[in-house]
Amino acid sequence: MTERDNPIGEDDLHAYVDRRLQGERVEAVEAYLNSNTEVASRVYAWRMQRETLRDQLASKAAEPVPARLRISNIRAARRQSRLRQFRMIAASAAWLLAGGAIGWIAAKSDGFAPKPVPAVMVSDAISAYRTFVVDVSHPVEVKATDGDHLVEWLSNRLGQPIKAPDLTAFGFRLMGGRLLPASTSGTAAQLMYDDDHGTRLTLYLRNGEKGETAYRFVREGNVSAFYWIDQGLGFALSAATSRDRLLPIVEAVYHQVEGPKRAFQ
Amino acid sequence: MDEAAIVLEQLTPARRRYAYALVRQHEAADDLVQDCLERAIGRWHLRQRDGELKAWLFTILRNQFISGYRQKRRRGPHVTWDDVPDPPAVGGAPDSTTAMRDIFAGLDTLPEDQKSVVLLVGVEDLSYDEAARVLGLPIGTVMSRLSRGRENLRKYLETGRIAVLRRVK
Repeated sequence: MTERDNPIGEDDLHAYVDRRLQGERVEAVEAYLNSNTEVASRVYAWRMQRETLRDQLASKAAEPVPARLRISNIRAARRQSRLRQFRMIAASAAWLLAGGAIGWIAAKSDGFAPKPVPAVMVSDAISAYRTFVVDVSHPVEVKATDGDHLVEWLSNRLGQPIKAPDLTAFGFRLMGGRLLPASTSGTAAQLMYDDDHGTRLTLYLRNGEKGETAYRFVREGNVSAFYWIDQGLGFALSAATSRDRLLPIVEAVYHQVEGPKRAFQ
Repeated sequence: MDEAAIVLEQLTPARRRYAYALVRQHEAADDLVQDCLERAIGRWHLRQRDGELKAWLFTILRNQFISGYRQKRRRGPHVTWDDVPDPPAVGGAPDSTTAMRDIFAGLDTLPEDQKSVVLLVGVEDLSYDEAARVLGLPIGTVMSRLSRGRENLRKYLETGRIAVLRRVK
């Protein structure tokens, strides 16, 4: 049996249409088509549609290639998008590093393991400072001239003995104090001081605080504040002044409130 | 230009032709080719040896067409008047424009795999073997898709309207 005698298959017919048949096989297919007119009309139709498709699509392949399909342009676009991606990654990495650094510095300045910063307290303290320090007629609820009444009243309400630090060494006199609601579950008190130039500072105290911290500094606009937690009380000393001027005062306050309270235990 | 750029650019006209025959809109076809080129550049290190490069590129193009087509189908087809094939001429000697409309409208009636085989083998001159690689099918299956595709196209060209109506599902 030669190749010529092999029965004609559909694959032969398509290979004939696609001009992929060689030599004797072409003759075999042509001989077959000559004696099978019905199949032949199909095959010629296939060849026609193939030629029509090629003709109709030839102009598409002959068109000049648009600039956006140039490899160099596509590569440039890829480089740009990679650069954008890199910038985004670099930016988030920078934030991570910054976050890590802040955490590390906070941990260091603390002297303790990192603790949640009582941010709510200091922000409440600064709000209270801003609210009452500008009040000319009623800056305080209870005046310092009422003597021990102020400290006793606030100690009762806070459930802890408090003391109004003496800041006369810095030129600040106690004006008085008031009771404030705290945004957390506790109660807060505010003591207000002023000096001869009309500069006012407040010491904000709040019960129900957890843990113990060294003092930290925060600045919100023109207001400087130091805050710390000691034996369940949160403290925040705020004034519209520089950090440097406030620092010696906060050290004095820190030591004055610490001593007597310790003595109570 | 480096080797990748030369090889890819040489094949761009053929890919634009295949893409256009698939989507039948010039801009959308070039979008498809652009996606394909981006992918090919990104995966250049994965290309097969030179003889199979052509098939590799058509595979990327076709896969992207299929995934885009499926997305479109999920969203529902977006049809404009340009997309609606003109009805084939009835009677009289078909002029060349009508013949073109007819063959493309006929092509659109084919399932994607039949359409791709008809185009890749008949227009892009891929061997049956290469076409089988592009479609990821055994060669026997590819031959039967080719056979069905050509037969359906022939019937469409002979009976026109019936196939058009069948397309409206």
